[in-house]
Amino acid sequence: MASLKELKGRINSVKSTQKITKAKQMVAAAKLRKAQSAAEAARPYAARLAEVMGSIASRIVVSENSPKLLAGTGKDAVHLLVVANSDRGLCGAFNSNILKAARLKAQALEAEGKTVLFYLVGRKGRAVIRREYPNAILAQFDTTEVREPGYGEAEKIADELVALYEAGKFDVAHLFFSKFRSALLQEPTEQQIIPVPTPKAEAATGGAVVEYEPEEEEILGALLPRYLKTQLFGALLENAASEQGASMTAMDNATRNAGDLISKLTIQYNRSRQAAITTELIEIIAGAEAL
Amino acid sequence: MALQFELVTPARLVRSESVHMVVVPGTEGEFGVLEGHAPFMATIRDGAVKVYTTESGAPEEIVVRGGFAEVTPKGLTLLAEAVEG
Repeated sequence: MASLKELKGRINSVKSTQKITKAKQMVAAAKLRKAQSAAEAARPYAARLAEVMGSIASRIVVSENSPKLLAGTGKDAVHLLVVANSDRGLCGAFNSNILKAARLKAQALEAEGKTVLFYLVGRKGRAVIRREYPNAILAQFDTTEVREPGYGEAEKIADELVALYEAGKFDVAHLFFSKFRSALLQEPTEQQIIPVPTPKAEAATGGAVVEYEPEEEEILGALLPRYLKTQLFGALLENAASEQGASMTAMDNATRNAGDLISKLTIQYNRSRQAAITTELIEIIAGAEAL
Repeated sequence: MALQFELVTPARLVRSESVHMVVVPGTEGEFGVLEGHAPFMATIRDGAVKVYTTESGAPEEIVVRGGFAEVTPKGLTLLAEAVEG
C-alpha cells in the first residue's frame, strides 16, 4: 500500500497532466474552427479549376507531344510517395495512420519490383521513414516555421516536385494526406498527383464550340502546374484541419482518463487516511483499557 | 441584362455577383465580356480587371495576378492566383 504522501504526489502529477491535455484540447478546438473554414474557403477554386481542367483535357488527345505532366514519362519504374505529416505531436494516431497508408503502398510497389522514393512534408514522419527506408528519402519540406499552411507553401512544394520530375528523378508521384471528414473521423487518403489524372469532363459548355486564346496546348501547359498546386494546397489544408480534429479527440480522451484516474486515486487516498485514523484510535482505546 | 461574374482565388471566393460588363486583361490583349458572350477561355496576365456594375457607372478595378478566365453560358469565371488589396 502506497503511503499517503506518495498518493498525494501522484494525484498532483495526474492533475497537472490533465491541465495540459485540457489546455491542448481547447487550443485544438479553436484552431480546428479556423482550419476548417480555411479548407472550406479553398473548395470553390479547386472545384472550378477541376472543371476547367476537365473541359480542356477532354478536347486534347494525349500524345507524345502533350505536356509531360499530363502524359507521363512513358515509364513506370520509380514511384515517389509524397507524405504530408504534421510538425507537432499530441494528436493521437493522426500521423501514424498516414504513415501506415504510405508504408502499405510502398510495400505493394516494392513487391511489384518498383523503386520507391519519399518526399516528406512535415516533421513527424521523418524518423519513421528514415528508420525503414534510410536511403529512399529524396527530399523533405520543412514546415516547422509555418503556422498555417498557405498557398505559398503549396507553390514551393509543387515547384520542387515539378523540378524533380523534369530532372527525371521519378515517374509517378502519389500524395498521402488525411482527409477531414469530421472532428472524430479523419481518413488517410492516397492520391496520384503526377502524371496529373484527368478529371471527368463535363459538358459544361453545352456542346458549344469554345474558343481558346492562346491555343489549347499553351493553356494546358499553364494550367497543369497550377492544378498541381491547388491539389497540394487542398491537401495541406485538409491535413491541417484533420490534425486539429485528431488532436481535439485525443486530448478529450486523455482529459477524461486523467479525471477517472484522479477520482480513483482520491478514493484510495481517503481510504488509507481513514485506515490510519482508525488504527490510531484503536491504539489509544487499547492503551486506555489496559490501564 | 446581367452577367454572372465570379472571381475565385485559392484562398477564397472573392466575388460572385451580377454585373453589366467585365474587362479582363488577357495574355493576348484585353477583352470585355458582356452577357451572352460565346464560350471562351483565356489565360490572363497580371493587371487590373475592370468591373462595370452598371452601363454608365465608373468601373471598379481589381488587381489580379495570373490565372484563367472562362466564359460559359452561365457566366464569367476568373480563376486568379492572387488578388491584391
